[in-house]
Amino acid sequence: MTNLTTNYVDHILPPHVRKHPAVFWVGVVLIAVALAVMPFVLVANSMTAWVRITNFAILFVFLSLGLNIVVGFAGLLDLGYIAFYAVGAYVYALLASPHFGLHLPFWIILPIGAAVACLFGVILGAPTLKLRGDYLAIVTLGFGEIVRIFMNNLSEPINITNGPKGISTIDSIKLFGMDFGATTRIGDFAVAGLVKYYYLLMFMLIIVIILNLRLQNSRIGRAWEAIREDELAARAMGINTTSLKLLAFAMGASFGGLAGGVFAAIQGFISPESFTLTESVMILAMVVLGGMGNIWGVLLGALLLSFMPEFLRYTVEPAQKWLFGRAIIEAEVLRMLIFGFAMVAMMLFRPAGLLPSAVRKRELAPQQNDGE
Amino acid sequence: MNTLLSIKNLHIGYGGIQAVKGIDLHVEQGELVTLIGANGAGKTTTLKAITGLLKPTQGAIDYAGKSIIGVPTYKVASEGLVLVPEGRGVFPGLTILENLQMGAYTRNDRTEIAFDIEHKFSLFPRLKERAKQTAGTLSGGEQQMLAISRALMARPNLLLLDEPSMGLAPIMVQKIFEVVRDVSKSGVTILLIEQNAKLALQISQRGYVMDGGVITLSGESKSLLDNPKVREAYLGEDVGA
Repeated sequence: MTNLTTNYVDHILPPHVRKHPAVFWVGVVLIAVALAVMPFVLVANSMTAWVRITNFAILFVFLSLGLNIVVGFAGLLDLGYIAFYAVGAYVYALLASPHFGLHLPFWIILPIGAAVACLFGVILGAPTLKLRGDYLAIVTLGFGEIVRIFMNNLSEPINITNGPKGISTIDSIKLFGMDFGATTRIGDFAVAGLVKYYYLLMFMLIIVIILNLRLQNSRIGRAWEAIREDELAARAMGINTTSLKLLAFAMGASFGGLAGGVFAAIQGFISPESFTLTESVMILAMVVLGGMGNIWGVLLGALLLSFMPEFLRYTVEPAQKWLFGRAIIEAEVLRMLIFGFAMVAMMLFRPAGLLPSAVRKRELAPQQNDGE
Repeated sequence: MNTLLSIKNLHIGYGGIQAVKGIDLHVEQGELVTLIGANGAGKTTTLKAITGLLKPTQGAIDYAGKSIIGVPTYKVASEGLVLVPEGRGVFPGLTILENLQMGAYTRNDRTEIAFDIEHKFSLFPRLKERAKQTAGTLSGGEQQMLAISRALMARPNLLLLDEPSMGLAPIMVQKIFEVVRDVSKSGVTILLIEQNAKLALQISQRGYVMDGGVITLSGESKSLLDNPKVREAYLGEDVGA
């Protein structure tokens, strides 16, 4: 019986993996090799745009995993999550662009960006600790909008954010003497900046996933689970619900800030337009579609919803042109249609998400009471 | 004897309404004390004040010799004053095992925790059979047993039970009271808040009867059981005029 109590580390890996570790690791190596050569294959086949799309998809994975801490782990509905992404992006932009004439290195700004976003997380979290569900959603929604509107208007009296015009010519990331914004030539072999960003993002993604897995199975992760299930009972167990809820906001916000900083560096230009409510809703949709609380589900949800519109753009319009000679339905229209349809279908058939977390699945399953 | 919990002249109000109007109550080390009374008598309000969920307007609450007024619930809990909330309050989506593990949240001794879990399983074989099932799939009585076991995982000095018999079938009520008595016999000090006056008085050493925010009667449980007032008002017996 003691094995039941001691090895809850096992939760990280699904049961079929535990039974066939060799198969699992071969699979991991194969996927890793495929992901490593993918950008070169794409570039060689003049599909460079897809490298860029993948980079942004990874950024959305960061965001979704960050929001998943708040919504999936701690059960606090946050509709203004994009604000932290905005904060991270603006911190990077202000500290590494001609706007203030500051050009601090990436590895200094990134922690600053995450820390400032974290602070904003606490600013949002502290006054909302007693709110739950719908009420919390409304306040967070307002918070997201306030941040965006500030970004939009903080150009006067002192020009901080440059208002709706945004901040441009933001420095690219430079690490170990390598500029990620420029193409590196190794002999005849050219490695485009986008491809370098791809590797950097992949590296960060691995770290972010490991951090999240560790977090979920930690004491903190279990306490969040308890708070989500029954706050009073959690408190009665000696869990400091106040500080743990704040911690969820702060940690979620840090991931958002981190993603924002990298976004600003890759994009080279940011404006308040990138940080609207629609983006918050989209990230929440990624979390919900994939499976709240399950890291792999959230990853899947983020990738699906990031790639879907691009996939449609590259297939639907050319297909219509080929069939009818012109595009009748724009990809954008179809995107919303498919998106809505997917959401309705999901609520009907897989309410806990595509890859639901074990606990969420149990929560949603009809509870059987077999009487006394 | 050693006074574990002492309440003096406790007043608690919600807005303008006084729910508790100056009560005195004490629990000694090792005792099983019950606080009985009808709905709205102020029992749960008193309990909320003890666990730090409500701030009293006046009076003193001392736990192990220190005032715990204004001390947050989680801190009180980590000092060994553990509440089993009304309506069971298990974590329905977590497994039984996980629920027990959460109970030991404030502890850090892995082997001891594993040992205690085993011990709870030996007390309640039904929980062991279903260790990997979710708490939500248990019956009401089993959930209450889990809630009590989970609270015991914290190795409490003082266990507060808020209406453990609420909403349970009569057979189950009997069982739960047996469990409470056994827990008490194992050396845990218990303050039991109950509406089921008869059973509560049968298993406890001392009792307090609460009505309209004040304590109307108190004393040895046996003598309370024989008290005509108690028998008429709380045991539904026709004592005769």
